[in-house]
Amino acid sequence: MGACLDLSAIGPGFSDPDMASQAVFRRSLEALSRPGSLIEVDSDAAAPAGVGAAACALLLALPDQDTRLWLAPSFSEEAAAYFRFHTGCPITSVHGEADFALAGDVTELPLLQSFRSGSDEYPDHSATLIVEVPHLAIGSGWRIAGPGIRNEARLSVPALEKHFPAQWAANHKRFPRGIDVFLTCGALLCGLPRTIQLSED
Amino acid sequence: MLQNNDALSARQDWMRLLACGPLDVLESWALAPAVVHTQASLVWLRNPQTGLVMVRGRAGGTGDRFNLGEMTVTRCALRLPDGAHGVAYVQGRSHRKAELAALADALLQTPGARSAVVQGLIAPLRARADAEARTQRRKAQATRVEFFTLARGED
Repeated sequence: MGACLDLSAIGPGFSDPDMASQAVFRRSLEALSRPGSLIEVDSDAAAPAGVGAAACALLLALPDQDTRLWLAPSFSEEAAAYFRFHTGCPITSVHGEADFALAGDVTELPLLQSFRSGSDEYPDHSATLIVEVPHLAIGSGWRIAGPGIRNEARLSVPALEKHFPAQWAANHKRFPRGIDVFLTCGALLCGLPRTIQLSED
Repeated sequence: MLQNNDALSARQDWMRLLACGPLDVLESWALAPAVVHTQASLVWLRNPQTGLVMVRGRAGGTGDRFNLGEMTVTRCALRLPDGAHGVAYVQGRSHRKAELAALADALLQTPGARSAVVQGLIAPLRARADAEARTQRRKAQATRVEFFTLARGED
């Protein structure tokens, strides 16, 4: 057996895990089916340091013992122990084999192409990436279009302006393969499924 | 968590006693004012939840592992205000038993509270477990059959 998990730094998860997980799952479906909108996630979990409420709620609700979670190096051991304890998911240090990944500091975000993107037969065997950003807004910024968006929508993520659009274009092009992204900012959540086209103008 | 082997096996020992002990012994311990007071201030890390656990066995201790069967287990984890944390895995569906077992586990790791819990709870549980084991052995012993090979006197 592995070493004992140190519980001393672990905070409480959802007070009612069943109902809360289902509510968060519902929010995540909404976010992916209406990509141009910001969705607020209610959560009473005590998120570990550096992890926003929405990102924490997603990672409490979605992973289980069959999915591997990768956390960017800037997240503490306590954050890893927290999700390990509450969901039972194995933690991996190799982002290329993760099913769920969480990045906070944008400089630590690996290339989107280096995550698992599934195969043409099993596009669902792909990673879901959660990026915690300091600022997230709709109505200005990138032009996004695709299923779930009437005409077009605007999404502004200043932290990701540099390299993200080009990488996203490559991710979108690989459909049905590719990864899905959740952008989170505190309690706010915005879905970016692989079907979305994103342009900078 | 880094623990030396003695501390680990001591904790395994009391967790076993707490998991196997009857609820009424735990309940009567929980009536003590100090315990009632602590109960009011605990923080749940994981609320009591009931589920199935697959029990696996190994024939003779050396064979391949096989699934023996599922059992109902209730688990929980909590933290006391001073930072000590307690964990319990108990058989059955009693949330109350898991809660009290985890509370006792946390207090047993708190140096100031430990001796009171050992006296008030662990000692009676151990006495009871020992008595049960003795009864079990006596009953088994009573059914023991001795086999003799009788010399048939053919040589």
